[in-house]
Amino acid sequence: MLEIKNLSKEYKTVTAVDHLDLNIKDGEFFGLLGPNGAGKTTTVRMISTITPKTSGEIVIDGESIDRNLTVIKAKIGVVPQQNNLENETSAWENLEVHGILYRICKEKRRKKIEELFEFTGLTDRKDDLVKTYSGGMKRKLMIARALLHEPEILLLDEPTVGLDASARRKMWDLLKRLKSNGLTVLLTTHYIEEAEVLCDRVGLINKGKLLKLDTPWNLIEEVGKVTVEYFKDGETQEEFFRSREEANVYAGGLEGDVRIRPSNLEDVFLKFTNRRVEEA
Amino acid sequence: MSGLYGILWQEFIVFKRKFWATSIGFLVSPILYLVAFGWGLGSGMEINGVSYMAYIIPGIIAMNTMMTSFNNTANSINISRIFYKTFEYYVISPINMTVYALGKIIAGACYGIYSGILITVIVSIFTSDLIITPYFIFIALLNCFVFSALGFLIGLLINSHADMSKFMSFVITPMSFLCGTFFPIDKMPELLRWFIYLLPLTHTNIALRTTGETPESMMLHAAVLMIYLIVIFIVSIRLCKKVE
Repeated sequence: MLEIKNLSKEYKTVTAVDHLDLNIKDGEFFGLLGPNGAGKTTTVRMISTITPKTSGEIVIDGESIDRNLTVIKAKIGVVPQQNNLENETSAWENLEVHGILYRICKEKRRKKIEELFEFTGLTDRKDDLVKTYSGGMKRKLMIARALLHEPEILLLDEPTVGLDASARRKMWDLLKRLKSNGLTVLLTTHYIEEAEVLCDRVGLINKGKLLKLDTPWNLIEEVGKVTVEYFKDGETQEEFFRSREEANVYAGGLEGDVRIRPSNLEDVFLKFTNRRVEEA
Repeated sequence: MSGLYGILWQEFIVFKRKFWATSIGFLVSPILYLVAFGWGLGSGMEINGVSYMAYIIPGIIAMNTMMTSFNNTANSINISRIFYKTFEYYVISPINMTVYALGKIIAGACYGIYSGILITVIVSIFTSDLIITPYFIFIALLNCFVFSALGFLIGLLINSHADMSKFMSFVITPMSFLCGTFFPIDKMPELLRWFIYLLPLTHTNIALRTTGETPESMMLHAAVLMIYLIVIFIVSIRLCKKVE
C-alpha cells in the first residue's frame, strides 16, 4: 500500500529523516513511535506532499507521489497535528467544501457527511462554527474530513496530542472502530500506550532513523517481557527478563524500592536508544 | 473546475457571515478621505479644470479597491500559511495550485469590487461628479485583480505579520499617496515621476479619469495593468508550487 524507500529530509543544520525505509501493508494499522523531534511529523509531511523530500521515493498503490500529482493525492487522507480547519465556517461547511474539492457528487457527499458526523459523534454540533469546538472535537472533525473522500490510506499525525485523558480514550475508541473497518492507517505518536493499544506493527524511530520494526508484542518479547525497576545511584534503573521467575530471582538480590512489572514499548525504546520516548 | 467552485463557495460563506462588519468596514476610510480631502481641504479648489471633489473621487476608488483587494488576499494567504495552516490543507488536497491561486485571487478581487461598488453608491448619493463608462469599469476591475494577485504573491513570500505591515508601510501606502490619487503626478520631480509612472496604481488613477486621453494612451494603461497581472500571476503560481 505505502512504500517508503530511502527517504531523507535534510535541513541546513540537521537531518530530520535519515534514509528511512518502510512498507505498510494493505489494511494495516501502522505506528511510528518516537520522541519529539524524531522525524515522525517530517515523514508524514513528506508523504502528504507538504514538505518536499531531499531524496528517496514514496510510492502509494504502485504510484510515486509528488505535490503536483492531483489524482494520487485523492488516495490519501491526512489528519495533521495542528488544526487546519476553517474556523469561521461550520463543521458541516468544512466537510461540504472538502467534498467539493475532492469531486464527490452532491448526493453521495451529503450522505457520507451525515454518516461521518454520526461516526464521530458530532451530529448535534454540525452546524456550529468550528471556532466554538473543543480541541478533541476539532480533531474528530479533522478525522471525519480526512475520511470523507474514502482514502486508501489515512495518515494520523499525533492524533491525541494535547487532549485530556478522557478525550484521548474517546479518540482511541474512534480509531479502534476505524481499525475494525480495515482501513490502512499510518499513525505517529510519542504515547507508548497508544502504539500498544492500536498498532499492528510499530516502527521505532529516533533521530530520523528507523531502529526497530515489528509487532508491539514481538518487540517487547525481544527485550524481555518482564521488567525489574529499581532505584539506584539517584535514578530509576531497569533490567529486562524473559520470565517472571528470572525477574523474581534478580529482584530478590536488590535492596530498596523494587518493582516488577510487564515490559512496554517504552522499555524497548529505552533499551535501544538509552532515551525515553515520552521525554521531550 | 470543482476546485475553483469549492474555494469560492467557502469564501462566499465567510463573506455572508461577516456581511455587515465587512460592508461598514469598507466604507470608513473612503468616507474619511472624501470628507477630509474633498469637502474639507479641497472645497473651492480645482485641478485640471474640474472641482477637486470630481478629481479625487476616481482616485479614492482606485486607492480603495487596491487596498481592499491587496489586504484581503495578502492577509488571507499569510494567515492561512502561518497561523491557521489551512494553506497546507490545500497543498494536500487534489487541487492544482494554479486553481487555488486563481480562486484566492478572484475572491480577493471580489472584495475589492464590492468596496468599489459601495463607494460609487455613496458618492452618487451626494454628488454627480462621477462619470462611469465601460472603460472605467474595466480598469477598476483590472485594478482589483492586479492588487489581489500582488496580495497573493506577498502573502506567500512574507513569513511574519510584522514584515507584512512593513510591506504595507514601504510599498502600498506610498503608492496610494504618490500615484496620482490626490494630485496629478506631473507635479512631481521628473526622475520620481518616471518611476511613479511605472507603478500600476498610477495607470489606474490616470485611466479612471479619462479626460482628454487618446485611445492609444487608454490602451496603454489597460496593457500595463494586464502585464502586471499576468506576470504576478505566473510568479505566484511558480512560488505556490514550491512554498512549504
